[in-house]
Amino acid sequence: MNDKKWIITGLVVFTVIILFPLWYNFGKAAPAPEPVLSAKAKAAGYCVLPKAEMKAGHMQILDVWRSSVVRTGKRIYKSTTGKEFNMSLSTGENSCVGCHTSKVEFCDKCHNYASVRPYCWDCHNAPKEAM
Amino acid sequence: MKNSRRSFLKIAGLAALGIGSKPVLNAFASSGEHGAGAAAETYRGAKALTAKQWGMVIDMRKLEKAEDLEPIVAACHSIHNVPEMEEKRHEIKWIWHEEFKNVFPDLESKYLDERSERLPVLVLCNHCENPSCVRACPTQATFKREDGIVLMDFHRCIGCRFCMAACPYGSRSFNFRDPRPFIKEVDSGFPTRMRGVVEKCNFCAERLAVGKMPACVEASNGAIAFGNLEDPESDVRKLLKENFSIRRKPSLGTGPAVYYIV
Repeated sequence: MNDKKWIITGLVVFTVIILFPLWYNFGKAAPAPEPVLSAKAKAAGYCVLPKAEMKAGHMQILDVWRSSVVRTGKRIYKSTTGKEFNMSLSTGENSCVGCHTSKVEFCDKCHNYASVRPYCWDCHNAPKEAM
Repeated sequence: MKNSRRSFLKIAGLAALGIGSKPVLNAFASSGEHGAGAAAETYRGAKALTAKQWGMVIDMRKLEKAEDLEPIVAACHSIHNVPEMEEKRHEIKWIWHEEFKNVFPDLESKYLDERSERLPVLVLCNHCENPSCVRACPTQATFKREDGIVLMDFHRCIGCRFCMAACPYGSRSFNFRDPRPFIKEVDSGFPTRMRGVVEKCNFCAERLAVGKMPACVEASNGAIAFGNLEDPESDVRKLLKENFSIRRKPSLGTGPAVYYIV
């Protein structure tokens, strides 16, 4: 019972150290980035699905599309607006990259922020950056 | 804690509620999903070429020298971003040439004629009717498509190389290294591969989808014919009707779809 002060001090030091990442970074959260739309994407005004759905579900779409293209040979997607798209990430004008012409400004902005590292570009050719 | 009928009934009621809520929660969960869209459609392009079983007839009378084959190989390898590795053991190839006696070991002869002795034979994936690689693949990354093409889904390949062991024609190559630094000029019309996947000829599935013939056929000046083997009126079937042809290792029962007119 005589070591009360040491125990309390030790506990305080321990708490401070263990919570170091929290108090050190407090109030310094990086603002969520906004992906920059290319002029072409802006002009089109509409992706294959509404913006909110693309934001939340583009990874599922890419997954469904790649199976559709490779395994069933169905390569054209007609959206609810009646527009046809080439179901391809990286080939041609009518593919994802045809409209979203910058990987750095569009894909990487959010993926880096969220620490997501998809392996798309290990094989698929990234668009040439205008830099 | 003292058990009473009252507390037992309470717990039983809560448990029943928990079990009963599962389907409701599932329904909520699925309503939040974003599929490919209900009213949206996916389909083949209008110009896409289709067949029951694509096949190829290689007329070796028109391809006598290695120089005749080079443009064909180059055409394929450049549009598919096939790397040129420095070391032989890392070699990647979709279409290449071999000696006659190695391509057709069934036709082995102690005294081979002079022409066959020096004839370079163009070889590629045979897109077999009964492909052994497809049976060996544990992830169904290699599969037989509706039109007979034995295709690879590079997304799914885990690089186990069972297919390479299963293929009796050596048609498959493994990316021991990252291929990108070894591609002279990347063609943006086709992805590259990454380290750790197997690759092979795809009968130009991506070109057939837009109504074009395979690159090797176009580059061959008519020495290679391509068409539907199940259609008796097709070019390939007409060629096979008029000429004696051979296939590679037919005794194995894989049913190669590449025929050779010697």
